[in-house]
Amino acid sequence: MTTEAITLDSHSQSTKPPSDAASHLLHADFGERRRKWFSHFVVALCGVSAVVVLVPLASIFLYIINKGAPGLSLDFFTKLPTPVGVAGGGLSNAVLGTLTLIGIASAIGLPIGILAGVYVAEVGKGRVADLIRFFAEVLSGVPSITIGVFVYAVLVVPMKTFSAFAGGVSLAIIMIPTVARTTEELLRMVPSQLREASLALGVPQWKTSIFIVLRTAAPGILTGVMLGIARIAGETAPLLFTAFNNRFLSTRLDQPIASLPVQILTYATSPYAEWQQKAWTGAFVLVFVILILNLIARLGTRRQVGGAS
Amino acid sequence: MMQSNLPAPSQLPARIVVEDLNAYFGGAHALHHITAQIPDKKLTAIIGPSGCGKSTFLRCLNRMHELVAGARVSGRVVMDDIDIYDKRVDPVRLRRRVGMVFQKPNPFPTMSIRENVLAGLTLNGIRPKDADAIVQHTLERVALWTEVKDKLHNSGTSLSGGQQQRLCIARVLAVQPSVILLDEPCSALDPIATARIEELFAELKNEYTLVMVTHNMQQAARVSDYTAFFYMGDLVELDTTQRIFTNPKVSKTEEYVTGRFG
Ligand SMILES: Nc1ncnc2c1ncn2[C@@H]1O[C@H](COP(=O)(O)OP(=O)(O)O)[C@@H](O)[C@H]1O
Ligand SMILES: [Mg+2]
Repeated sequence: MTTEAITLDSHSQSTKPPSDAASHLLHADFGERRRKWFSHFVVALCGVSAVVVLVPLASIFLYIINKGAPGLSLDFFTKLPTPVGVAGGGLSNAVLGTLTLIGIASAIGLPIGILAGVYVAEVGKGRVADLIRFFAEVLSGVPSITIGVFVYAVLVVPMKTFSAFAGGVSLAIIMIPTVARTTEELLRMVPSQLREASLALGVPQWKTSIFIVLRTAAPGILTGVMLGIARIAGETAPLLFTAFNNRFLSTRLDQPIASLPVQILTYATSPYAEWQQKAWTGAFVLVFVILILNLIARLGTRRQVGGAS
Repeated sequence: MMQSNLPAPSQLPARIVVEDLNAYFGGAHALHHITAQIPDKKLTAIIGPSGCGKSTFLRCLNRMHELVAGARVSGRVVMDDIDIYDKRVDPVRLRRRVGMVFQKPNPFPTMSIRENVLAGLTLNGIRPKDADAIVQHTLERVALWTEVKDKLHNSGTSLSGGQQQRLCIARVLAVQPSVILLDEPCSALDPIATARIEELFAELKNEYTLVMVTHNMQQAARVSDYTAFFYMGDLVELDTTQRIFTNPKVSKTEEYVTGRFG
């Protein structure tokens, strides 16, 4: 193919001198050569940047797998932590605690986030919707430790105890803007013809919003929910002031509760080798869970895009 | 096809009486002082160049117009002895009496064929005991039953365009309206699907009052009993389809139906 192009090119040059109008197609002048070189340079730079992004990500993964996987066993999920010097044991308190906290956060954050998204996209007109959107944006930019301090002030201090409930509330606050934003965006993508079809059947506005528009957007919203959960699963800072920690298995919402991130922090900063190993394994489990949530979200998006065509 | 012996529209029992209707989009005056009588159990076609207010007029008849932000209406639209713009009228309940079919078939993508037919009932909290009979009867009515009876639980969007549109008509029929508004219901369909839908309209008008916007004058001539010609927000002329196409009173109408503009 290349040789053919070259022969053709030389052929046409040798037999027929190009007209003035065509000359700019044939001879690369200096400026053009520089432009080509620059284009190659930019492509190469993009490639390098991609590698620079991927290398730390891949090495973090490999490092965590390398350090964490050896400590992985069924005991890790089913046994309680052992005192220093006693071998074995696991982090069942932290695993269950993280699931509990995610559960509380979802129970509070998902309905509020989704309904806020529905309100902004479907009901609210003008000022009110803009205001809600603005607050959601600000909230998503607030450092999570600030949210922890806030919940400490309004829940932990009056209740006079750290609690799973307070931890769940702080995670819910972090989750709400993500869920509201995704919901709003996906509702806006639902064709207005469906809305009109429903309204024209004599279905009230609110039923149309929930049972037609929200229903149609549900697979995509699930994606947003997964990302929202992935976002909170690894939060540490807000839990320090709210859920705190607990050496024991706890199912009480009004008592402190363990969580993987806080347990990792505690163990990683301890001077004991077994504890540090547990921290690595905890990190491995956490990263794995977040990775899976992201993958589910990804697949959900792909399915929806495929289904729409 | 054209019936030559129909009386003038004002001499028939009217299903809808429109008096001095004005429609606005914000400051834009889209319909000017429309006065018209839509005859009962006939098919009235609405024709006119693009942007002349055909869809707006249709959407004033089921109060869908007011759902557009900034949209407004003045005047009267009388049905069953009451002005549908009267304060006592609930637009949501009105829309169950005045069904609407849109240009692009729009079955609910999350629902099966069966659920689509029943959507207007179930979404309003009605769970009919004879749901199976309603589904079968309604789908038979739109000549879709034999084609879909073995796949009622498939998605409504798995059907062809023409089938989807018939499903949408079935969905409207299931809530038992007395008027059906059709906004260019065939313009997204191929000629064969269009012919089948037109046959369906010819049957439906024995029971329902049909008002159909069309940009296709042959279609208006083929299927309608009465034709209203709109131009730039005015109702220029409403008469029997035969008179509109052969002997209109207004020269503008003649220019349009003979294809001199539009
Ligand atoms: N949502 C809208 N907002 C503002 N103006 C509109 C809207 N819909 C239609 N119009 C205007 O109203 C007039 C009538 O439109 P329409 O009834 O859709 O015309 P037709 O159906 O005859 O093509 C047009 O001038 C159009 O630009
Ligand atoms: Mg139109």
